[in-house]
Amino acid sequence: MKFGIITFPGSNCDYDAYRAVVEAIGQEAVYLWHKDHDLQGSEVIVLPGGFSYGDYLRAGAIARFSPIMREVVAHAGRGAPVVAICNGFQIACEAGLLPGALLRNESLKFVCAPIGLRVENTSTLFTNGYHENQVITLPIAHGDGRYSADDETLDRLEGEGQVAFRYVPNRNRPGDSCNPNGSMRDIAGIVNEGGNVLGMMPHPERAVDPLLGAPDGLPLFESILHRVHA
Amino acid sequence: MTVTARPGDPVITPALVAEHGLTTGEYDRLVAMLDRTPTFTELGIVSALWSEHCSYKHSRPLLKTLPTKAPYVLQGPGENAGVIAIGDGLAVAFKIESHNHPSAVEPYQGAATGVGGILRDVFTMGARPIALLNSLRFGSLDSARVRYLFAGCVKGIGDYGNCVGIPTVAGEVVFDPAYEGNPLVNAMCVGLLKEEELMLAVAQGVGNPIIAVGARTGRDGIHGASFASEDLSEASEAKRPRVQVGDPFTEKLLLEASLELIHSGHIVAIQDMGAAGLVSSSAEMAARGDVGVVIDTLKVPAREEGMTPYELLLSESQERMLVVAKVGHADHVRAILEKWDLTAAVIGEVIAEPVYRVTEGERVVAEFPGIRLVTDCPMYEPDARESDDIRTRREQDVDAIAERKEEADPVWTLTELLGSPTIASKRWVFQQYDHTVRTSTVVGPGGDAAVVRIRGTDKAIALKTDCNGRYTYLDPREGARIAVAEAARNVACAGGRPKAITNNLNFGNPKRPEVYFQLREAVAGMGEACLALGTPVTGGNVSLYNENPTGAVYPTPVVGMVGLVESLRHITRSAFSTDGDAIVLLGNNTSEIGGSEYLQRIHDVVAGHPPRCDLEAECALIDALLDAIAEGAVRSAHDCADGGLAVALAECVMMERGQQLGADIDLSAWSSLPTRALLFGEAQARVVVSTPDAAAVLATARRNGVPAAVIGTVRSTSESLNITIGTSRISAKVGTLANAYHDAIPNIMLRSASQLDVALASNAVA
Repeated sequence: MKFGIITFPGSNCDYDAYRAVVEAIGQEAVYLWHKDHDLQGSEVIVLPGGFSYGDYLRAGAIARFSPIMREVVAHAGRGAPVVAICNGFQIACEAGLLPGALLRNESLKFVCAPIGLRVENTSTLFTNGYHENQVITLPIAHGDGRYSADDETLDRLEGEGQVAFRYVPNRNRPGDSCNPNGSMRDIAGIVNEGGNVLGMMPHPERAVDPLLGAPDGLPLFESILHRVHA
Repeated sequence: MTVTARPGDPVITPALVAEHGLTTGEYDRLVAMLDRTPTFTELGIVSALWSEHCSYKHSRPLLKTLPTKAPYVLQGPGENAGVIAIGDGLAVAFKIESHNHPSAVEPYQGAATGVGGILRDVFTMGARPIALLNSLRFGSLDSARVRYLFAGCVKGIGDYGNCVGIPTVAGEVVFDPAYEGNPLVNAMCVGLLKEEELMLAVAQGVGNPIIAVGARTGRDGIHGASFASEDLSEASEAKRPRVQVGDPFTEKLLLEASLELIHSGHIVAIQDMGAAGLVSSSAEMAARGDVGVVIDTLKVPAREEGMTPYELLLSESQERMLVVAKVGHADHVRAILEKWDLTAAVIGEVIAEPVYRVTEGERVVAEFPGIRLVTDCPMYEPDARESDDIRTRREQDVDAIAERKEEADPVWTLTELLGSPTIASKRWVFQQYDHTVRTSTVVGPGGDAAVVRIRGTDKAIALKTDCNGRYTYLDPREGARIAVAEAARNVACAGGRPKAITNNLNFGNPKRPEVYFQLREAVAGMGEACLALGTPVTGGNVSLYNENPTGAVYPTPVVGMVGLVESLRHITRSAFSTDGDAIVLLGNNTSEIGGSEYLQRIHDVVAGHPPRCDLEAECALIDALLDAIAEGAVRSAHDCADGGLAVALAECVMMERGQQLGADIDLSAWSSLPTRALLFGEAQARVVVSTPDAAAVLATARRNGVPAAVIGTVRSTSESLNITIGTSRISAKVGTLANAYHDAIPNIMLRSASQLDVALASNAVA
C-alpha cells in the first residue's frame, strides 16, 4: 500500500511518518511537496505534524490554500483514507475535512509528554487493530491542541461514534491531569462522518518502535493496512 | 582603490570612537593598519570584529592551551562547529553558544535567537541537527523579575526548537542569586553528517560569487556583538533594539535549503551571518581562505529602504547565510533557494587582490589590507589576582557550622534539598520542549544524559551539559575540572564513552584581575580534565562581561559533552526499575561538604573547598561503569552530584512520577563520617548502580581499581526510602519526597502567575 506524506515547508513530522510507514509496517511511502498537484497514486494520505507555513496567523490557516490540499480534499471526498496528525489535524479542520477547531492549550504552554488515551471506537478504519476500551500511551507535542466545537457537533460526534480517542488518566500516573490541553469532552481524536478521515493530536508515528517506549501507535497503521486489504 | 567617506556619515571624533567601544590604543592600531583615518563604515566594522564577542581578545591566548586533538576529531576549534567521527562513515558536529546579554533584556527573543544561531552553526557544517540542549542560570525564583526571565527564556527556547522540529533532549537549570540580573542562556546543538559531506566556511576560488541567502537584512540587532561585550547596566534596557527577533519558520526553510545546497555541489563554503552579521561572516571566511573579497552593499536584499552600508554590514537580522558558490553556479543556488521561497542575491566575489573591500555601488566605503582586519585584532593578557574575599570563603572551616535544630531529622533536610529549584524536577521546563520529534530520543530529559540513536547503525550518542558555578567560584581550577568530570560521568551513566566537549565560558569583566584569574584558572582546570579524560575541546564560545551593578556572575565554564554508545544494548537509565535489584555504590564517600547545595540551601553559606576532583579516580570509575554496562550487569546508573548520595538515592526511587519504588539502604560502613557529609556531601567520582548481579559489578569495579560496595536493595513493595547508618535509621516516605521534588517549580510558577503579569506589564512599559 502506498502512503503519501504531505510536506509543507514547515512540516517536521513528515520524516517520522515516513519512517513509521516504511520501517514499522513495511509499506511504500512518498513525500508529496505542498506546491505539487499530484498525489502520485497514494492510497493513504498522511498530513503530518509541524508548523505548516509557520502558523503565526493560526495553525493550518494558510496550509488549507496550498495546491496539494486541493488534491487531498478531493482524495478524502472519494472516501479514501487521510490520517491527520497534530498540525495535520489543525489543517484538516481548517480545510473542512473535519468539524471543529483546535485552540491554544488551556495552559497557554506547549506540552510534550506521554499521555494516556482510551480507544473509543474500535470499528473505524484506523482503530480496528485495538481492542474495545483499550488504554494506550502516545506522545503528544503541541501548543494548540484544545479541541473545540459547538455542543450540537460534539453530541453528534459522540452519538455517531466519531470520537476515536479520548484522554484518560494514565494508569501509571494516577493523579496526573489527564487532559493536557483542555479539549472539550477530553477529545483527542475524531473521524469524519464517512469514517475515512482521522484527525488526532497525539503522535502515533512516534510510537512504533519498542526502543522508544510502548509501540502503541503501531496498531493504528496496521488497522489501515488490515481494513484496506480486507 | 581610494576609500571615500559617504556624504552624511558622521565625522570620526574621539567621542564617536569611544561610543564604538574602541580604546585609544585600539583606535591607534586601526589608524596604523590603514595608514589614514577610518571612515564611519570602517569604524563600525572594526568595532564589531574587535569586540570581545567576535575577537576573543581576552581569552584566545588561554584557549590555545586547551587540548583539541584526538584521532577521531575531524574538525577542532575555529570553525562554525567541531566535528568528531563516530564510525560507519558518520560524524557528529556540535557546538554550544551563549545568548546571555540579549536574554537579560528580552528573554523570549534572546533565548529563541540563541537556539537559531546554534542550529545554523551546525547545519552550515553539512550536518542535519538531531538534538538541542541548553544550560540555563537564573537568580532566585523568589524574584518576580527572575520568574519573568525564566518563563520567557524557556518559552523562547521551546517555541524556536519546536517549530524547527529539532528535539530538545537535555540540559540543566540552576538558580542562584549570583545570576540575578544576568541570566546565562547557553544553547547547544548536535548534528549528524556523513564524513565526506563535511563543509567548511573557507572562502576560496578567485571569481567565485558571494551570495547572501535567507531572510532579508533589516535594522535589527545592529551592534549586538558589541552589546554582548560590555557589562549590563540599567542602560542596557535601552539597548533592547540590539536584540534580534527570530523566525523559526524561516530557519526551518533555511536549514533544508542549506543542506540541499551543500549536497548539491554548487557551493564551496557557507557560513551563518550571526554576531556582527555580514561583516564577520565575510571577513572570517576570507581570512580562513586567505583570499580577498569585495562586497557591494547595494546588492544586499534589504528589508527597508535607505539602509546604509554601516547598517547592512552590522545588522544581526536572523536566519541569513553567506555562501560562496562556484563560478557560474549562482543560478543553481538561486533555484534551490526559490524552491524554499527564500531569496538569494549575489553581493560580491572572491578576488585575487589581498583586500577586504566594501563598496556601495561605485563608491568604496571600506577597505582593509589583506586579512589583517581579523588577524590584527589586539590580544590581551591582563593581570590576574585572586579575590581575597573568595580565598577567605574557601578557607572557612565549614565543618564548624552548627547544624540547625531541624536537621536532627535528616528527612527534613533531604526534603528541603529535593525542593530546592536547582535540584527539583525540571519537568515544568522540558515539558515545554518537544523532545520526541524525529523519533530517535531513546532517553530524554530528566535523567543523567540524553541518548539519541543513530539510525541505520546499532549506535547512539549520549549528551549532557554540566557546570557547578559555585564550585568554580570557590576554586576555579577545581570547579572546571569537576565540570568536565561530571559531564563525562553523566554520559557514562547513560552507557556512553565520553568523546569530546564543546565549552561555553561565562565569566565577568576580564579587565578586573580577580575575574581574569578565574578565567585563567578555569581554562587550566578544564584543560587538565580534558586531557586526563581523553575528551578534547572541539570549539565553543566565550561570554565575558556577565556583570550587573551588583557584581559578576559565578564563573561558569559550561561543558557540553558528547559520548558514543557503542551498542543500543548499552543504553542505561538513571532510575531504579526492578524489585530486588542490589544497589551498588561505585566510588567512595568522604567528609566533604564545602561548596555544597546543602550548605547553600540549609545554611545560606557559600564557602569551603569544593569537593576534590581526582581525575585518575574519575577515569577508573568511567571504565568500570562502562565495562559493567557492556557485560549487561547494570540495570540503572545515576551520578551523585548536587545534594549528594541521599538526593541521588531519592531521585533513583521517584524520578519518574507514578513509577515510584522503595529502597532499603545501609551505609553503616561509613558511620564514622559526619551524617550530613555522608548523606548530603558532594564527594566526586561516585555513581549509584542498580543490578541483578551485584557480584559481577563488584568484580568489574575491583578489576578497574574502583571502590565498590553493595549498599542496599530496591523494593517495589515498600513506599519508603530507608537508610540505616550504624544504630540510626532514617525512613522517608517516597510519596513525600516525590511531592517535594516534582511540585517545587510548578508551585512557584503557578503561585506567581499574577505577579508575573505585573512584571510583564512593567517590562512592556519600560
